[in-house]
Amino acid sequence: MRFGIIVFPGTWSDRDCYYAIKDILNRDVSYVWHKETDLSQYDCIVLPGGFSYGDYLRPGAIARFSPVMAAVEEFASRGKLVIGICNGFQVLCESGLLPGALLRNDHLEYRCQWTYLRVENELTPFTSVLQKGQVLKIPISHYDGRYYADKATLEELEINKQIVFRYATPNGRTTPASNPNGSLNNIAGITNKEKNVLGMMPHPERACEPLLGSSDGNLIWESIIASIQGNAR
Amino acid sequence: MPVSKETLDSIALSEKEYQLIVERLGREPNEVELGMFGALWSEHCGYKHSKALLKQFPSRARQVLVRPGEENAGVVDIGDGLAIVMKIESHNHPSAIEPFQGAATGIGGIVRDIFTMGARPIALMNSLRFGPLSNPRNRYLFHGVVGGIAAYGNCLGIPNVGGEIFFADCYSDNPLVNAFCLGIAKKENLVKSRAYGEGNLLMLVGADTGRDGLHGASGLASRTFEGDTELRSAVQVGNPFLEKLLIEACLELARTDWIVGMQDLGAAGLTSACVESAARGNGGIDIDVLKVPRREKGMTPYEVMLSESQERMLILVKKGYEAQVKALFDRWELRSDIIGRITSNGIARVREGEKLVAEVPIGLLTSPPVYLRRVKPPSWIEGLQKINLSSIPDMSPRKANKALLTLLASPNIASKHSVYRQYDHQVGNNTVVLPGNDAAVLRIKGTKKAISLTTDGNARYCYLNPYLGGAIAVAEAARNLVCTGARPLAITDCLNFGNPEKDDVYYQMKECIAGMARTCRELRIPVISGNVSLYNETRGRAIYPTPVVAMVGIIEDVSKHCTAEFKHEGDYVYLLGCTQVADSSIGGSEYLQVIHGTVKGSPAIDLNLEKRLQRCCLEAIKKGIIKSAHDCSEGGLAVALAESCLLGGVGFTSFDLYFESRLDAALFGEAQSRIVVSVSPEHAWLLEKLADRWEVEALRLGIVSGKRLIIKGFIDLSLNELGKAWWNGLANFFK
Repeated sequence: MRFGIIVFPGTWSDRDCYYAIKDILNRDVSYVWHKETDLSQYDCIVLPGGFSYGDYLRPGAIARFSPVMAAVEEFASRGKLVIGICNGFQVLCESGLLPGALLRNDHLEYRCQWTYLRVENELTPFTSVLQKGQVLKIPISHYDGRYYADKATLEELEINKQIVFRYATPNGRTTPASNPNGSLNNIAGITNKEKNVLGMMPHPERACEPLLGSSDGNLIWESIIASIQGNAR
Repeated sequence: MPVSKETLDSIALSEKEYQLIVERLGREPNEVELGMFGALWSEHCGYKHSKALLKQFPSRARQVLVRPGEENAGVVDIGDGLAIVMKIESHNHPSAIEPFQGAATGIGGIVRDIFTMGARPIALMNSLRFGPLSNPRNRYLFHGVVGGIAAYGNCLGIPNVGGEIFFADCYSDNPLVNAFCLGIAKKENLVKSRAYGEGNLLMLVGADTGRDGLHGASGLASRTFEGDTELRSAVQVGNPFLEKLLIEACLELARTDWIVGMQDLGAAGLTSACVESAARGNGGIDIDVLKVPRREKGMTPYEVMLSESQERMLILVKKGYEAQVKALFDRWELRSDIIGRITSNGIARVREGEKLVAEVPIGLLTSPPVYLRRVKPPSWIEGLQKINLSSIPDMSPRKANKALLTLLASPNIASKHSVYRQYDHQVGNNTVVLPGNDAAVLRIKGTKKAISLTTDGNARYCYLNPYLGGAIAVAEAARNLVCTGARPLAITDCLNFGNPEKDDVYYQMKECIAGMARTCRELRIPVISGNVSLYNETRGRAIYPTPVVAMVGIIEDVSKHCTAEFKHEGDYVYLLGCTQVADSSIGGSEYLQVIHGTVKGSPAIDLNLEKRLQRCCLEAIKKGIIKSAHDCSEGGLAVALAESCLLGGVGFTSFDLYFESRLDAALFGEAQSRIVVSVSPEHAWLLEKLADRWEVEALRLGIVSGKRLIIKGFIDLSLNELGKAWWNGLANFFK
């Protein structure tokens, strides 16, 4: 199996994703330039973090028109796995692959810190080796991470169990204080209805070694690998 | 004389200097030529007043690959075929005028200095000074500077891992914004900035050239200014997205053999980029300003040559490879234009189409006069250093709790989390020790090694005693690295002072540098790059002399690195080094300033003890004897203990301690050469033996325990109370 990491002008967590997948998990991975249109050799596409096109206009607003995004939409429509991290999540919302939007953090500042994520739905390809209620320590780093959607969409997300991660305390309680950016319902990550496209603001690729403070992010990559190789539970 | 005094003032040249130009050139320079002289003979580019003093710094050592002034940044070898490239630079004056863009473009400039050399930038730090936050103007400046650093740095994907922030009255109109960047490269991929080889081409890449930043080097950075003049046009606006593209494209280019070198455009724009790279390569240059892409119509050759528009790079392309290089930049959607060629005649020739607009020997442009003066100590300094201790009543034991809480909440000591959480400090997957500790630690991928980084410089000490203040800046930076288990490798320094043409300021600069140089030699740490920022004064009032020392050290085995926080209950806590302080150690302390509102006295340091202490602590960490190490600095022993408790979330209880000195000096005095360490009880004898061997005193202070900080008879506070003061001390100003 093979991961493809999309590189837009201004992307920066491409290298960290590459490191986590290749050097830590020892899996095949290559960079995919934003002008490419053929994704047939990949099993999972990663839209990494950064400031694609400088985040000018709105985060993700320009990147969604990149040639590669049409291919990503087609890729996702075939049920293949797409994970968008941070800026990647913003691109997915802008392109309509995921519902809702990511607004400027409620305190209007950039925020880089450790967060704790409670697993809300363990029955997705991205959480297949996780348990419901399990808490992951994974950091955030963004200006625009406040998840927002209208009431009807939020209800739909809850009913369809599309909310995968919520910001929580280290022991798994979702409190206002554990919400670092004002996201509605403490939402940190969601999937589409079909559960093959995940967007999350926190950076699992940064939580890849105990030396760096956590290796919980690897569980998300391992879930993807297990799902694709068909040995998920 | 055909040039008016106003013209000379606007480019910060004296009449004498103008006469020197005429004499050496053998004629009057024209307007463009004069502008080029003004920029390159400015303090910012030419180091007129500081060059002679900077020679005192030791810069040779086995590990040093590139020494100060040889290239855009200094380089040290860290083994495994890898080199560290680093530099610190000031962006004080632009930040005083427009804090957000001033600080942002400061990041942009220092980052370009690093990737110009073919090194990937992997860490940023910032050393900041502001006036007190009780003043709304200072809050505005602070907010703008931090916002600008965050906006630019975060967009580049380079972690900002540390630095320092210090507040004092003297910075009210003149904040200091020093930006540090460190990069890593394989030794064989290092790129030089030397224009040589007749017929090789000059390619300008990146942003179009506009009128922004004219006279940045000569006007802003090289003279004092009064608040009322409109100087905003001299500050540039940054585009971090463009810079990010330049980083990736230039690093790709560095791995090819299509170029002879790269040079970023910083202060004095095209003029200094062309002339400095030609000077290094013993070449000449021939430029056509019409080939330079412009942002606006009607720009004169003068404006094109001196514009400081950001995000531009000069590529020295090997003849015949221009198509390949252009294609590489096209792929990154970066504009690139051939604007001239390299010659071998040692002359800088600037043309506008066919018309010659400037022609000056490069040697003249790069050899400004160098000033070295003899000056007496200022008359006021003796009175400042004399401190009548009997006039300051010692603290009564029942006031100790309150004093500690006040100090922890003082913005100079309080947690800076509300700042560094706005900076991405983890991107790159290398940050092992996050901001908020003695020094940041970054592992080096593909090796067992890590590097440790810090910036230091207590300007209050330098104000009171420039020589010892300079010495302490170096010693403390080294001590901070040692506390993480790192052996200091190299320094890059940023020297911020007032107007050097005034004797008092010149004296401060001279003494600070002498003190720093002595300590560098004593501790065997070379200075590999740096920057000087003078004329930091407004309305005749100079800042404190503020040398900032940024230091990098190496940890051979990252698994053995050490941090400041107490780890386990039951561990013994020791004070290593100077265990009984002098009463005079309250001189120049944060305690004296905050509690008594006085800045007086003199700091002190015994470099011999310092050396032994650092070696002892380093060995204790390498051998795995101790579990934590934290330097005693601002706020003294009590604050150091409180910080180790707060960072570890665990308390401390002292034994019955006997202090030979006044109580305030014992708890809050700022005697140097002290490290608080914790050790498991079964290893305590090993620590004592080691300390004995290094002839360093080791005083057992107490035990890690509970959730309170207890110094028997004086201090008894819960972590909660301590944490509230320390955590919110800075953040409260912005509620």
